[in-house]
Amino acid sequence: MTQRTALYDAHVASGARMVDFGGWIMPLHYGSQLEEHHQVRKDAGMFDTSHMTVVDVEGTGAKAYLQYLFANDVAKLKTPGKALYSCMLNEQAGVIDDLITYYLSDTFYRVVVNAATREKDIAWLQRQAKAFEVNLIERNELSMIAIQGPNARNKALGLLTDEDRVTAQALKPFSAAQLGDLFVARTGYTGEDGFEVILPNARAADFWRGLVAAGVQPAGLGARDTLRLEAGMNLYGTDMDESITPLECGLSWTVAWEPVEREFIGRAAIEAQRAAGPACKFVGLVLEGKGVLRGHQKVVVAGVGEGEITSGTFSPTLKVAIAMARVPAATGDQCQVEIRGKLLTAKVVKPPFVRNGKSCLD
Amino acid sequence: MSDIPAELKYTRSHEWVRDNGDGTVTVGITQHAQELLGDLVFVEPPEVGSSYAAAEACAVVESVKAASDVYTPVAGEIIEGNNALADAPEQVNQDAYGEGWLFKLKLANADDLGNLMDADSYTAQVEAEA
Repeated sequence: MTQRTALYDAHVASGARMVDFGGWIMPLHYGSQLEEHHQVRKDAGMFDTSHMTVVDVEGTGAKAYLQYLFANDVAKLKTPGKALYSCMLNEQAGVIDDLITYYLSDTFYRVVVNAATREKDIAWLQRQAKAFEVNLIERNELSMIAIQGPNARNKALGLLTDEDRVTAQALKPFSAAQLGDLFVARTGYTGEDGFEVILPNARAADFWRGLVAAGVQPAGLGARDTLRLEAGMNLYGTDMDESITPLECGLSWTVAWEPVEREFIGRAAIEAQRAAGPACKFVGLVLEGKGVLRGHQKVVVAGVGEGEITSGTFSPTLKVAIAMARVPAATGDQCQVEIRGKLLTAKVVKPPFVRNGKSCLD
Repeated sequence: MSDIPAELKYTRSHEWVRDNGDGTVTVGITQHAQELLGDLVFVEPPEVGSSYAAAEACAVVESVKAASDVYTPVAGEIIEGNNALADAPEQVNQDAYGEGWLFKLKLANADDLGNLMDADSYTAQVEAEA
């Protein structure tokens, strides 16, 4: 059964091409995926991300629970509203999901997980919660809108009351504030500045229309994917899954190794892998000639071995094909990619490819 | 409803065929096909001089979303590819039946054109898929 977000009618009215995504019917694009992509890089675009799952973790055991559950350490969060990106691992250190958690107090955290992993995430969160004094509250009555781009914050601020505008304007990157029934976070998945706003379903369509009136271009999942790839951000289920550890998908920076006393699920397995040195590494690729890199294409590293592209696309900003790939640890600064039987040369780079509208490539 | 010019012939796999009247045809993908693919970012036309049977994969069009094969509507030899698309693949989206043509083919058998669909049959197919 496909579910609709509170913005379904707004998407259809805007001429969106709707597709099934993780059990939700979502806009793929509203006419041109490329235009929507450029709009976000140059001005302001917005995405309906209401299919994502908001879970509030409340109770005296909330901090200890999340410290045990996440590979990153929520104890780093000391200022209310501060956000943290983390993986949630299984005992083998495979990634169950990647998520963002917002610290509101030691007894109240807001966790946002992926749509396609909703059921298994909730089951896992519930199972691990039994040993802690926590309550999990799935906030299905909330919608989420991501407004992204260099002018995104300014355009969105116009929809807030004078008082809320001052608070929202002062938000630092990776911070959030609850403003009446709007939860406003300066976070995103595009490599641009912007807000993610969590708000009641009943208010979502009006807020969306207000943003349209303010000159924010609706953008679909298609542009969201090319933007996040240019920004070097992983997509769960594509770049990593339960058989992949954070060390194998470029997310070792999200693992809090210190303090060493902190027990978290998957710690023993990932410590062992770190000590032994992982056999593969996660890199960015830039195709030298013409063509398009795609997920599952084979990567050949002469004299070293083979790897695989996990996500690839044509970069609308850079006008070249880019990809993220898992390759042998000994891979140097060049490789070849097999595209329809031909081996094409690609440069090995460190993502991101684009940040704040500008190329990160040499 | 997609634009489906009456003077062209069509294939089940969404190519259009223009009879140039001199034993050659011009081939592209239909307006409906480009709509399904979305914004094109790469076109690989077939090699000039290669010969193909009918319904053989000979070219590739790639959108931001996916790569798709383009098939020869009829048997013949490739006499020209639209090289302008290398730098402007979006012409296929903007003008599928004009500037967005993909290749020209010299027919192996002129009678083969009779095997293709006319605009009415193609329209019916597109409607049935919707």
